Amino acid sequence: MAEVTLDSRPGTTIGRASSGAGRAIVSKIISSVIVLFLVATVAFGLVRISGDPLALLLPPDATKAQAAQLAAELGLDRPLAVQYIDYLGGLVRGDLGTSIYFDQPVLSLIGERLPATILLALTAFVLSLIISLPAGIIAGMHRGKVTDTVISGVILIGQSTPAFWVGIVFILIFAVRLQVLPAAGYGSVANLILPAVTLSIYSIAVVARVLRTSLVEELGVDYIRTGVAKGLRPREVVIGHALRNASLPVITVVGLELGSLLGGAILTEQVFSWPGIGRLTVEAISNRDFPLVQGTVLFFGTVFVIVNLLVDLSYALLDPRVRESR
Amino acid sequence: MNRQLLRRVLAERLAAPSIIVLLLIVVCAVLAPVIAPDDPNAQDLLVRLRPPAWLGDGSSAHLLGTDNLGRDILSRLIYGSRVSLFVGLAVAAISGTIGAVIGIVAGFRRGWIDRVLMRLADVQLAFPSILLALAVVAFFGNGLWVVIIVLGVTNWVAYARVARSSVLSLRERDFVLEARAIGVGPIMIMRRHLLPNVLAPLLTIATLNVASAIIVESALSFLGLGVPADIPTWGSMLADGQLYLGTSWWIAVFPGCALMITALAINITGDAIRDATDPKAYRR
Repeated sequence: MAEVTLDSRPGTTIGRASSGAGRAIVSKIISSVIVLFLVATVAFGLVRISGDPLALLLPPDATKAQAAQLAAELGLDRPLAVQYIDYLGGLVRGDLGTSIYFDQPVLSLIGERLPATILLALTAFVLSLIISLPAGIIAGMHRGKVTDTVISGVILIGQSTPAFWVGIVFILIFAVRLQVLPAAGYGSVANLILPAVTLSIYSIAVVARVLRTSLVEELGVDYIRTGVAKGLRPREVVIGHALRNASLPVITVVGLELGSLLGGAILTEQVFSWPGIGRLTVEAISNRDFPLVQGTVLFFGTVFVIVNLLVDLSYALLDPRVRESR
Repeated sequence: MNRQLLRRVLAERLAAPSIIVLLLIVVCAVLAPVIAPDDPNAQDLLVRLRPPAWLGDGSSAHLLGTDNLGRDILSRLIYGSRVSLFVGLAVAAISGTIGAVIGIVAGFRRGWIDRVLMRLADVQLAFPSILLALAVVAFFGNGLWVVIIVLGVTNWVAYARVARSSVLSLRERDFVLEARAIGVGPIMIMRRHLLPNVLAPLLTIATLNVASAIIVESALSFLGLGVPADIPTWGSMLADGQLYLGTSWWIAVFPGCALMITALAINITGDAIRDATDPKAYRR
């Protein structure tokens, strides 16, 4: 204890820990930037390795002159390296190119659709936390009992059911049969309920499952058993001690789930005709609008990388073991 | 899977019924031409949108009813199991192989190879597999093999991470150190000594991977971007059914049930394999 002082200079325990955390944060940020660069390269390469994008865009009876004109318009007649450098330069300036189908900048199209996707994904995210956290804790605290069996069974079913099918069944029950909620549309709370619940189901299952498993493991550790032996009540043991340590893997999964909710939005938005980026992606693919496909792929990739970075950083800040091992 | 492991897996809760369900689905897939009552693509517009046999207008000729083109739903479900199982198994085989090789090499060689391979895993994780599949299908066109290869190539990370972390501890164990000391080459060590020791945890991932690949394939087919329309799949049946939800619920509900039951049975089996091979018995 004598070594610990309120001195943040290197050499003291606190100083070492905080400089370790600082180094860890910097290295995480650098590696995320590298991953982002690679993500951008993959998005660029994806369009090019598929062969000639012009062949996808032109009608089969197009003349060579028409092909050459379109290639010049889209900049596809230049060497690949020039196109790549141009593309990276554009990204730095926030220019993702122009959609062929909509004839609008890709970034502004994504910007228009972004609020709908954020609304859907965040609602589903909050919903999944409200349900999964108590469910995971209750199941973990009552391991092997009826409540655990029921919750674990529901979790397993939730994990095995494709979200788009759940959406269809919800439409069938609540829109077609009971006629209490709309099957599609955007703009009111009623429109949001079915898509948000549909999208949240898989995340509820994943988060509750990880929380249950990590709580069960934590409750088997010696210091918890000591607490119980000393007469602490089960609720004190769980809330005051076990949950704090069990929450670390949960934070990772929760963060990753936020990313996968955005990915899952592709299907949910399609089922409920929700005007977000997921639907925009499917439209772009159907229209063979490759600058837009490239832009949406890049968008989803970037969101994933940023969410992962935030998860890693929160990990480094929350867990003293991670912090000091750096 | 050796006999002892099989016995431990079967002792897990719900494992035996799940494996029986899986075997039934496999039998359906293999014997589809024999047991399907009809040609799955045969259209008969005179009997379109017929409900299942137990409902008012239903007939025993079409036990689960017919779709908008008068095709027999039961026959399409039975044939659809072929695509689902084939895609699931092929994807798990491809991604398992890629992931095992990358994970073992990264964990055994360490150094820059490890760093590069693990950074590659980060990039891979930055793309949801369905998004990459969508993008690739957009440019290459849809097809059974396109779906299998895209999903196979994009699902290796979980295998690689598990294989790598196992190998990191295995490489310091006596049997590996001794093999190196007597001059056994690295490829031989990886193949003969490391691979067999990482197979059990990879088997769990493979099982869960089969289920997730089946669901992603059905999602792609649901979006009309998966397997071509002339091959019956559960996903494309769901997409057909969504248009007729108001009048003919059975078109969408039965393929969804088939998907859910298959994924559930595979996930329970995967959990049972994990619990049977996991030394941390208290997880159960």
